[in-house]
Amino acid sequence: MCDTCGCNLTPGNQHLAFRPVAKGATAVSVLKGLLAKNDDQAAHNREHFDRRGILAINLMSSPGSGKTALLEATLTALKNEFTCAVIEGDLETENDAERIRALGVTAHQIVTGTACHLDAHLVHDALHHMNLDGVDVLFIENVGNLVCPASFDLGQHLNVTLLSVTEGDDKPAKYPVMFRAADAMLLTKTDLLAVLDDFDPDQAEAHLRNLANPAPVLRLSARKNLGMDAWLAWLREQLAAQRARVAIGQSRRPAIQSDGQTFHSASA
Amino acid sequence: MHELALAQALVEQVDAVISRHSATQASLIRVRIGPLAGVVPELLATAFPLAAAGSRMEHAQLEFAHAPIRVRCQACGAETEALMNRLLCGACGDWHTQVISGDELLLESVELINDTPLDSPRSAHPYV
Repeated sequence: MCDTCGCNLTPGNQHLAFRPVAKGATAVSVLKGLLAKNDDQAAHNREHFDRRGILAINLMSSPGSGKTALLEATLTALKNEFTCAVIEGDLETENDAERIRALGVTAHQIVTGTACHLDAHLVHDALHHMNLDGVDVLFIENVGNLVCPASFDLGQHLNVTLLSVTEGDDKPAKYPVMFRAADAMLLTKTDLLAVLDDFDPDQAEAHLRNLANPAPVLRLSARKNLGMDAWLAWLREQLAAQRARVAIGQSRRPAIQSDGQTFHSASA
Repeated sequence: MHELALAQALVEQVDAVISRHSATQASLIRVRIGPLAGVVPELLATAFPLAAAGSRMEHAQLEFAHAPIRVRCQACGAETEALMNRLLCGACGDWHTQVISGDELLLESVELINDTPLDSPRSAHPYV
């Protein structure tokens, strides 16, 4: 996306650039993503990760769907295999970072105050407080919220969205922006399915497909250690893919492409 | 409620456009927000005057361009309109589709005013 050389003008949008205007005024075509500043910072963060060969994963979900519990189980399982680090995002308290540090893993807590989402600048500031030497995987636990975090690129390579079975299986239909952005959807707390009669995992998956999202759907319980192997295997696969990309100087953005790319592909 | 953050980003961008074109103020700001962008135009319209207060666009009109959701089917190739939580092909019903519009979050164009009278207080105290 470029607003100086005119490459963002395509046959599909050029009529917008030459609309008649009132006397004394000039119309200027911009066609730039509204969040360009955040996106620039996110790209910078991503370069930083790629230079160090780090795989960055953004965890998103409602509050209480088990993001921190999943991290605890994952970090424990991968302890002798990879070096991980965690950025925690919450409106208040250092509680989640303390839970992670108790496992001997580097964690930085971002306290957002009243902000309902993390953005690329907050993550960048957090990176300056962390020692990322030798880190293989960085998990960013976003603020528990199924709306706002979906709109902000942090520089991560992958979005993982959790849906606990104590929520409705139609959450993907209710929050399409969030679930469309998922590179993997985890159905969590599946040990509770036995006592719940209103959550159908197949329905949840069907709602995700209705969003044209081919992401894998993994069913697991972090507390009861059910289905964790498939999740860990997926993580290993993604880290290998990230290392392969880094080796040839490439990177990857999460499922949803930037507005600019969408706009270009739309008129191609 | 991230629309205020977005309004602030919009003000920054428009201000850069005003500077780049050596204009004095913006009279109309046109944005294109698709339903899948996760932004409520009404909330952005409410937040905009707060973010724009005292800036070179505080009197600008904020206009929203219509951005319907359209998908291209990877199975049959058809391009059809779709619903926000049902991005299926309208022709064959397949879910292997690509959203080709409806997720935009774009500053599309800005109308600028250049001819400020010499005695305008604005020219004496340009907003940077």
